[in-house]
Amino acid sequence: MRWKSSDYAGWGRVLRASGEVARPERAAAVAQATADTPSPAIGMRRSYGDACLNDGGRVIDMTRLDRVLDFDATTGEIHVEAGAMIGELLATFSPRGWLPPVMPGTGFATVGGGICMDVHGKNHHGAGSLGQHVTEITLMTGDGPRTITPKDDAPLFKATVGGLGQTGPILSARFRLLKAKGDVMVVTERRVQDWDEFLHLLDASDATYSVGWIDATARGLSLGRGILEEAETGGGLVRPAKRGRKVPMDAPGLTLSPPVVRAFNAAYWRRVPASGRTLVKPVDDFFFPLDKIHDWNRLYGKRGFHQFQCVVPLAEADRLRGILEKVANSGLASPLAVLKRTGPGRAGFLSFPMEGYTLAVDFPNRTGAERLIRDLIRMAAEAGGRIYFAKDSVASPEAVRGMYSEQGQWLDEVERIDPGAAFATDLVRRLKLRERT
Amino acid sequence: MSTTWIVLGATSTIARHFARLVAAKGDGLILAGRDMEELRRSAADGLARGAPLAEAMAFDARDPASFDPLLDRLRAIGGSISVAVFVGSMPSQEDIDADPSLVDGTVTDSFTGPARFLTAVAPILEERGMGTVVGVGSVAGDRGRLGNYVYGASKAGFHAYLSGLRNRLGRSGVHVVTVKPGTVDTAMTWGMDKLPFLAPPEKVAADILRAVERRTDVLYTPFIWWPVMTVIRAIPERIFKKMKI
Ligand SMILES: Cc1cc2nc3c(=O)[nH]c(=O)nc-3n(C[C@H](O)[C@H](O)[C@H](O)COP(=O)(O)OP(=O)(O)OC[C@H]3O[C@@H](n4cnc5c(N)ncnc54)[C@H](O)[C@@H]3O)c2cc1C
Ligand SMILES: NC(=O)c1ccc[n+]([C@@H]2O[C@H](COP(=O)([O-])OP(=O)(O)OC[C@H]3O[C@@H](n4cnc5c(N)ncnc54)[C@H](OP(=O)(O)O)[C@@H]3O)[C@@H](O)[C@H]2O)c1
Repeated sequence: MRWKSSDYAGWGRVLRASGEVARPERAAAVAQATADTPSPAIGMRRSYGDACLNDGGRVIDMTRLDRVLDFDATTGEIHVEAGAMIGELLATFSPRGWLPPVMPGTGFATVGGGICMDVHGKNHHGAGSLGQHVTEITLMTGDGPRTITPKDDAPLFKATVGGLGQTGPILSARFRLLKAKGDVMVVTERRVQDWDEFLHLLDASDATYSVGWIDATARGLSLGRGILEEAETGGGLVRPAKRGRKVPMDAPGLTLSPPVVRAFNAAYWRRVPASGRTLVKPVDDFFFPLDKIHDWNRLYGKRGFHQFQCVVPLAEADRLRGILEKVANSGLASPLAVLKRTGPGRAGFLSFPMEGYTLAVDFPNRTGAERLIRDLIRMAAEAGGRIYFAKDSVASPEAVRGMYSEQGQWLDEVERIDPGAAFATDLVRRLKLRERT
Repeated sequence: MSTTWIVLGATSTIARHFARLVAAKGDGLILAGRDMEELRRSAADGLARGAPLAEAMAFDARDPASFDPLLDRLRAIGGSISVAVFVGSMPSQEDIDADPSLVDGTVTDSFTGPARFLTAVAPILEERGMGTVVGVGSVAGDRGRLGNYVYGASKAGFHAYLSGLRNRLGRSGVHVVTVKPGTVDTAMTWGMDKLPFLAPPEKVAADILRAVERRTDVLYTPFIWWPVMTVIRAIPERIFKKMKI
């Protein structure tokens, strides 16, 4: 197996690593790489922080193993290699009337990365997390491939789903695609005046897909204003616009300065008429609005950016309002901020979702951003909530202690499978997730 | 019009992407090579993406006995048949210098094995009077270089063979495309440093499909390699022999 010395980073580009990367182009090569050095597997590195980094060590890049191994056109069941991108599955199967059951906000995430973070999508309140749809996972072990199911291997399955890759490389997985009415989305956009109205609308929504864009710079009476998008699949004639644009170089830090963001957000909010509107969009436009601009993370310049994402229980909505208020008053937020109601669905010991509300906000990596995020993390903990490991790059071990109540059960399984911590990543070490407290 | 592609060296990443593209168009696939488990996985992918037929079959360029079952199989397939050759191997020049017996294998994998197979297939293609042959050579075959001239020589031989085959098969309506990739980001080049114009395999595969549809004779992919190689070929030997590129 050839290992290549590489410098690489998470999506936020604040945390970086250098080390050797193997990129198996065939299934047998994963076994070879694992025999060389058991190492954490990574996908498309769409995690913002260090979940996909192993500084000074080795990683196995799984993105070349992206084949569909089986598809049953009557049930929609698919068996797919872990390196397949979720957006690629959408592009391949939506014309035939099938959608991946759960899609995160970027189509570049792989099935393996999606499972290891137990990702949620705009349908989480109804459909649950990705792991809840997975019926079988094939892991690479020292003794070769091993297939596990949620029924027969419950603890190992729960330690793998949302398990940050700590049970070893995932080769492939089986799950069911969802039947869609057609390959377009019928989207209703509504202007939301403030925080209370937002929660009210989210609570009352019975749409299959829903997500809120929030103006994280609006303060006072406008705090929490934004746009609610609700959508259903539909039949229609819109064809996806082709070819993305690429950000050619790192943008100067200026582009996302506070006054620019405030002006942009206000205009963006007014774009939707006060009475709302209904649009028909290609599926990928709705699910992956940012993917059309490739490498948009470079818009934040060389210093990169952070995302803070937390979820709090339904009853703690007021504290989440407090979190948003702190963000708004800081003036540090970028235009990318999302509010969503989540359901109880989660499939792993370390899965992020809980029934409640989730808020995600991007911050350019400026002075003050990390301190602010640390405060926000503390506030989320006080609200009985948790932060999302896929997004974090600043938390400390103490700050996340107790957020994940089943961490002990996860650790039992992980230590059994990987006693030498060969699969540990920078995130796992930074947050001391594999140490007992 | 749809055709059935016999893909030799189908485990190559470029080949895999090519197979995926033609499967989505509704073409059939016979994926041939040495790693059967891997070929079966790719055949499954082809079926899921729309190929009406996708089978894995054994093919070893160094073992002509493996050609016969393949030839029998494709005789049994009706309609248009096409062949795409991705087979090739590139041991490092240092390894070859240390062990001259590696020359034979390199030439067999990249030139004589595929040429022997194509020669056996040619009458079947002529009889059908349609279809396409894609032969993947390399820019390395345009000039013998210090760094990999045994590989380059094999590819040069293959280029000349394809040119002759085009001359022959064109007379019965079968088109031959010679593909000369530059550097492609695959297992073959993973870990080599500072490769110029490194292209993603899916781009090369898409370029090949376009060349098939347009009946291009010789394709440089990415296109930048056409001017680059035009210049390199024009350098007088007296100067070239002192260069290290
Ligand atoms: C624009 C954007 C929007 C997003 N929106 C959402 C969202 O709506 N909901 C949501 O839940 N997430 C969201 N995310 C986060 C993203 O879905 C996750 O970070 C996901 O894990 C990324 O997948 P990846 O293939 O890039 O994995 P990576 O980031 O490369 O890896 C993630 C983790 O999975 C492990 N891993 C990856 N592949 C394998 C494998 N084959 N075997 C074993 N372990 C593996 C890695 O070790 C690591 O721990 C978003 C990210 C971006 C950039
Ligand atoms: N990568 C580049 O930069 C580059 C540049 C120019 C040209 N090319 C050419 O592009 C083609 C595909 O290469 P790649 O980059 O995709 O690398 P690759 O993955 O190494 O592909 C080589 C292919 O040749 C097959 N092969 C080798 N010896 C064989 C034999 N004796 N019998 C049967 N099959 C044999 C391999 O099959 P197994 O799986 O059985 O090993 C594999 O499918 C090759 O012809 C290569 O020379 C590549």
